Amino acid sequence: MSTARPATRSGRSPVTWFRSGGLSSVLFALPLVLVFLYFSWGPIVRGLVLSFQKNNLVTTPEWVGTANFSYVLTDPQLPQATLNTLYFALLALVFGFPVPLFLAVFISELRKAGWLYNVLSYLPAVVPPVAAILLWKFFYDPGESGVFNAILGWFGIGPFAWLNSPSLAMPAIVLEATWAGAGATAIIYLAALTSVRTELYEAAELDGAGIWRRVWHVTLPQIRGIILIMMLLQLIGTFQVFTEPFLFTGGGPDNATTTILLLIYRYAFINGDFGAATALSVLLALVLCALSVAYHFMTRRWSTT
Amino acid sequence: MSADVQERGIISTADRNRPLIQYGLPAIQVLLFVGVLVAGVGPLLWLLKSGLSTSQDILQGPMSLWPSGIQWQNLPNAWTQVQIGSYLGNTAIIAIGSLLSTLFVCTTGAFVLSVLRPKWGPLVTGAVLATLFLPGVISLVPLYLTILEMPVLGVNLQNTFWAVWLPQAAGAFNILVMKRYFDAIPRELVEAARIDGASNLRLFTSLILPLSKPILGVVALLTVIGSWKDYLWPLLVLPDPSMQPISVALPRVAETTEISLQMSALFLAVLIPVVLFLIFQKQFLRGVGMSGGIKE
Repeated sequence: MSTARPATRSGRSPVTWFRSGGLSSVLFALPLVLVFLYFSWGPIVRGLVLSFQKNNLVTTPEWVGTANFSYVLTDPQLPQATLNTLYFALLALVFGFPVPLFLAVFISELRKAGWLYNVLSYLPAVVPPVAAILLWKFFYDPGESGVFNAILGWFGIGPFAWLNSPSLAMPAIVLEATWAGAGATAIIYLAALTSVRTELYEAAELDGAGIWRRVWHVTLPQIRGIILIMMLLQLIGTFQVFTEPFLFTGGGPDNATTTILLLIYRYAFINGDFGAATALSVLLALVLCALSVAYHFMTRRWSTT
Repeated sequence: MSADVQERGIISTADRNRPLIQYGLPAIQVLLFVGVLVAGVGPLLWLLKSGLSTSQDILQGPMSLWPSGIQWQNLPNAWTQVQIGSYLGNTAIIAIGSLLSTLFVCTTGAFVLSVLRPKWGPLVTGAVLATLFLPGVISLVPLYLTILEMPVLGVNLQNTFWAVWLPQAAGAFNILVMKRYFDAIPRELVEAARIDGASNLRLFTSLILPLSKPILGVVALLTVIGSWKDYLWPLLVLPDPSMQPISVALPRVAETTEISLQMSALFLAVLIPVVLFLIFQKQFLRGVGMSGGIKE
């Protein structure tokens, strides 16, 4: 075998390559390669180039070095947008993180009708986000007869200005996002929970661990990997949030919900400054990559101790 | 999923006989059921009710259960005046086209990487895998410019459905899910087909594809719902209102339509994905669970 191999390789002519199906491999791979070149890798490389250019699609692009980056970084809107984005991510983590986890752990304990809980909690995730946002926008009506204000009114609370109030607008948006996203995350946790071995619970029970301690010391550590991944993915997702603030408030009131992606959108599609928009995209992508790497190393250290 | 027989979970049979658990658990169960029912079905029922009410009823008593009767004509009005029908049609064209392009690219691609395994295969796999780790935000603007003028080809795809169909197919997730599934098909089957003289094309169409129906279904469902939910991208590449899908049209239309028609339009927009989900819930939930497996 080992002596035959170099011989066949050196004797490999275009004819044998063709006969052994080399051409059909290439043909089969062509759609994948073309689509990724055009719509995935191409744009990534082009984005890196674009961020060093002045480009408004009208005049010919010219190299401006790091001017786009310094322009973007000194834009007085950036600190506010960054803080808003971080605030969104933090709120999403606080609201949105425990809900699906609790839901999943609970559903996995149900002996029957678990599927019904699954279906009901996943239902919001299939509602198109735009329809959900328009609906919730109506729910958040600041008047006394607005849906949420009417409900809170039964208990003598409110009315609140919701989306019109700079301090409530962001939590209101996060609440809707949590409602829309919790079901899908719960399903992923549920899939992970099925792989937890039941003997571990038995062992813990024999050691005298109560139900809460079993959850805390067996269930959660067993699915720790997926919990950490979901946390990271949620962070990366919330840093790129667009549709919710764009449609709920358009960034208002008083820029309280302007996120970084909203800023990128304004640079590119309102001001026509594609260089600045990609420069900010590249910066955000770099931060997210750094975050992933840091997270990876941090969590690896935790899991070994 | 959890409908299967479960021996035990966190709570043991002995626990279930303790009074606190015996009564406490069903209590939490009912409470949580009401919770997911209100969160999952509540908004949809409210939407249905409002879609069939007058604007005045919606504005004055949004929480009253039975206002001044059912306005059935809201639905046909929304269909004709708001042109929900044509927007839904566009959405369906976009969803079906995205589905076909996604399935075509990810099955042929996964076939090469998993079954044919050419020498340069790992390179392609690596290039596909790497895009999973790059945040999507980096390519939003350059992707838009690519659509305006395709490199080398020089065509402008803006205001054509290709602008939505093609980029959709470059999803690394689908390709990896498909490749994983193909990897699990026994090599003996492939070898046997080869000995019988099957060409690569025949191997693909008569062996691999028929064996992969379950995964094709999952990818198809997730793609259709995904494209039904998409907003920013079609907003950018389909500025022509007559081509826009419902999600892009709704916010624009909402500004000029009265509230009752708006609600019926929203209801019609929500109806199809919800019905699709209720019919195919098993495949759906399995597909979503699987996406967690890939992320791990």
